[in-house]
Amino acid sequence: MPRSALTGTRIRERRSLEGLKQADLARDVGISPSYLNLIEHNRRRIGGKLLVDLARALGVEPSALTEGAQVPLMEGLQDAASNAAPGPRRGGAKGTTDPETARAEEFAGRFPGWAALVVAQRDRITALERRVEALNDRLAHDPFLSDSLHEVLSTVTAIRSTAGILNNAGDIDRDWQARFHRNLYEDSQRLADGSQALVSYLDTVGKSEDTLSAPLDEVEAWLAQRDFTIPELECGMMPDLVGDEGLRSPAAQSLARKWVLRARAEAEKMPVSLVEDVIAAHGPDPAALAQEAGVDLAAAMRRLAALPPKEGRPPMGLVICDGSGALTFRKPLDGFAPPRFGAACALWPLYQALLRPMVPIRRVVEQQGQPARRYLAYAICQPRPPKSFDAPEVVEVTMLFLPLDRLDGLGHVPRDAEVLGVGTSCRVCARKNCVARREPSMVLEDVEEG
Amino acid sequence: MGKRVLLIEDEPNIIEAIRFILSRDGWTVETHSDGATAVAAVAAKRPDIVILDVMLPNKSGFDILRDLRGMAEHAARPILMLTARGQKKDRDMAEAAGVSHFMTKPFSNSEMLEAVRSLAGPDRAQAHSDG
Repeated sequence: MPRSALTGTRIRERRSLEGLKQADLARDVGISPSYLNLIEHNRRRIGGKLLVDLARALGVEPSALTEGAQVPLMEGLQDAASNAAPGPRRGGAKGTTDPETARAEEFAGRFPGWAALVVAQRDRITALERRVEALNDRLAHDPFLSDSLHEVLSTVTAIRSTAGILNNAGDIDRDWQARFHRNLYEDSQRLADGSQALVSYLDTVGKSEDTLSAPLDEVEAWLAQRDFTIPELECGMMPDLVGDEGLRSPAAQSLARKWVLRARAEAEKMPVSLVEDVIAAHGPDPAALAQEAGVDLAAAMRRLAALPPKEGRPPMGLVICDGSGALTFRKPLDGFAPPRFGAACALWPLYQALLRPMVPIRRVVEQQGQPARRYLAYAICQPRPPKSFDAPEVVEVTMLFLPLDRLDGLGHVPRDAEVLGVGTSCRVCARKNCVARREPSMVLEDVEEG
Repeated sequence: MGKRVLLIEDEPNIIEAIRFILSRDGWTVETHSDGATAVAAVAAKRPDIVILDVMLPNKSGFDILRDLRGMAEHAARPILMLTARGQKKDRDMAEAAGVSHFMTKPFSNSEMLEAVRSLAGPDRAQAHSDG
């Protein structure tokens, strides 16, 4: 049964707009007014013929009633529920603390503000957990911290011992006394310097951790603010990475610099005019652009994803991962958002490409949702230039994806059999009997229950 | 005659202070400051007690302790270990490696004297204290 992401709310809005009474609409589609009332308050799920009938009676496309604008909210809620502190599981004695996941939609529909708050708090908790981890790591492994603490403790040991001797000094001869006094003086200097260094170091640590997020998140947020396109690069200039508009942490600045330098070289090899000619002749096809510009496929994909948005040009998302499968770059699209934390769906052409280095892969993928949306995805796994002979082999996998419904007239009309169903991340994915599933789904569980 | 202590430590002022308090207590104190050659120094000087710092240049005190305990000649030699890291895992590691006594910096002079005297045997532990 399809999940209606707040379909009821839309039906109600649409009906009021049309000036229809609940009873009249209910009679038109052959249901009772009270049943329609339940639907409109997102307390009954709806799909199939009834949805089509209601849409017809309201004079809209069924998709207008089911459009998945609330999908991120629903996914966020489900994820929050799945991360909730482990209470008694369903099936056993039912715990009072379990979130009512089967009624998430109703919750989101009736209390959108509270639902958004739950999701925002989930994000914040995750970010804070990461920060605690990072700080923990730092305390345990920071070489500077451990060195300076050692220095301070060594000096304190010497001072304590020397002071103990002088304190009992009755029978120490004058030369020794003078010597211990000098040691004491030197050590107190050292202690002052060492503790000052420690304090100023801890001060800077506090500042750099202020940003909350991992460097990659910071770079992505920075790029997202610019729609993932940097106009300065088109004329060979560099954007300001460190100023007021720039990035805060040095780690993020250095990541961004690497990314921007590569993007600038690619903008030079593939000027906008050339890319636009290729798109006009072949559509947004990375292979055509790679041919035309004499670059590799990954470079062509990155360039396409970095183009400024333009009327009639389909939006293009991009993900990059390394040989471990860890995502190192994410440019999301509406309806196709790579997970912010943790691993993505193993069925993505991105990972299929990782299995076959240098083999270009093109697939139409379908993201489950309401409605399901299809994307054309291109992926390639390429080795990074080796540092030297015998250096370890390092690969980078790049995947470009475009919404299929925005590729009108470009000849990609796949048959259903050719469409690969994928997800975002297992926990929030409702795909049944998935061979790639690595953990149980929250969504699937409550669909089966419902 | 006084018994001999070999102090393996690289902080000059700590060496000076420990040397002073132990000498005044009747010990002969020899010192060594390099981790890499510490095992050889123990073998050459054959002290009655070894005082071993953990953080030494070139080789860690834990490694030195393991090496010494692996040699029949030093298997039972009293070894007092000094460290600025008093964490339980460090203590556990030292105990697993066969340390005789474990002491955290900063220590007081009387603690040092007591530890060394008790490692030397019950007769010395009775001696007068001026810590």
